Amino acid sequence: MSALDDAVVELYRKAATSLPPDVVNALSIARSHEAKGSRASLALSVILENIRAASKSARPLCQDTGIPVFFLRIPACVSYREVKNTIVKGTKLATRAVPLRPNAVDTLTEKNSEDNTGTGFPVIYCDEARGNRLIIDLMLKGSGSENIGQTYKLPDEALFAERELDGVRKCVLDAVQKAQGRGCPPYIIGVGVGATRDQVTRLSKEQLLRRLDDANRHPILARLEKTIRDDVNALNIGPVGLGGRTTALAVKIAVNYRHPATYFVDVSVACWADRRARLIYDIQNSKYRIQS
Amino acid sequence: MKSIRLPMTKEDAVSLRIGDVISLQGMIATGRDRMHRYLFDERPPAAHIPFDLRGSVLYHCGPIVKKTPEGYQVFAAGPTTSMRVERYTAQVIADYGMRGVMGKGGMGAKTLDALKEHGCVYLQAIGGAAVYLAERVTKVAGVWKLEEFGMAEAMWILEVNDFPAIVTMDAHGKNLHEEIEKKSRSIFETLIAPRRGIAM
Repeated sequence: MSALDDAVVELYRKAATSLPPDVVNALSIARSHEAKGSRASLALSVILENIRAASKSARPLCQDTGIPVFFLRIPACVSYREVKNTIVKGTKLATRAVPLRPNAVDTLTEKNSEDNTGTGFPVIYCDEARGNRLIIDLMLKGSGSENIGQTYKLPDEALFAERELDGVRKCVLDAVQKAQGRGCPPYIIGVGVGATRDQVTRLSKEQLLRRLDDANRHPILARLEKTIRDDVNALNIGPVGLGGRTTALAVKIAVNYRHPATYFVDVSVACWADRRARLIYDIQNSKYRIQS
Repeated sequence: MKSIRLPMTKEDAVSLRIGDVISLQGMIATGRDRMHRYLFDERPPAAHIPFDLRGSVLYHCGPIVKKTPEGYQVFAAGPTTSMRVERYTAQVIADYGMRGVMGKGGMGAKTLDALKEHGCVYLQAIGGAAVYLAERVTKVAGVWKLEEFGMAEAMWILEVNDFPAIVTMDAHGKNLHEEIEKKSRSIFETLIAPRRGIAM
């Protein structure tokens, strides 16, 4: 597993210094929709120029290199503990090498660990993979956008939101209306619906790994994603929150079964700097590749 | 784009209006949560700070800075959310006399009053454009409290050139964030109003 140390550093570098092509593409399209010379157009031009400059110089495109959130899919023959140790080690190495901003703070002493590791940091979720490939998805989750996420319990009287998909739509609109421009729009919005509070927060976060141009395999959810995106954009909060046509690039929704008496909705928001990258490691030949 | 040379005079600051797109030239200082709490609680005399904040801009930013043989180099320097220092800002403006406060997301009523009282503006920098903005830093002139507060929370004294920002709160009590919030609220209320089903 030690061959993976360098791979994890590379994964961090990829995630921190470039954006996936589907996100860059969506930002370019968003710019073409804004009036020339408007604040929104200026903001998107600076954002696109920033992405180019970061990628060219291999520098983190935002100074907040965020909370590293990992989603692992581990083959049955591989130890989770071993992968976790590799990630922690790789995180320490990457903090110096990329460099990442040291963002892990001890809640009791307020001391920064200076290497982006500590109890529960980075955040790691794990599932078992099919086959022999270890898949490591990394999201560098900006804290500004993390702070505007919200969890709802339906029904919600203030929002006229019932236990139905239209209630989910209202939750997302409420979260964005409250957030305004504070989480660096245009946003990518992940939504999770299910039986318990803890479950839906993970589910919504996981939706942020999806490609912006993918299609939800449930036609109802695919339609709902578009409806909510269009409604969010109608709010006219705009890029960086100073008005404009694009407040959300995409909305991604997943639903689980729920208890008849519970209906939790979690809204997880990514800033335009939606930094994600994937490491695929073949256990049999110890070869890996990294993709965005 | 209006070019603003720092330090600014009170007249410069008062002449700016919400929606103005400006570019900054000159010296600015960074400060975020910890620095604000320190300036607010301890109120160190201006002479103890290795930079004269009068007429300058206090930038809500925790940059990534690398020490190189040629000195410090700013790698990434985008704005952080300003609202977190709302509690402190009015007093910090009164004590240290900045003419600009820069960050992202806008600030609250207390700061808006202080901007009016002292002749100061709030500037929104482009959130997340950290490399683009770092490339507009021409020199790191100094740093204060680096050991004690760490890289992100220290006060970095930076010389900037053509640093773009948008005036979103001015010295006349106007707040662009509030205007956008008000407009989006009325659209929001229509969109969540009962009996508006979605076509499924």
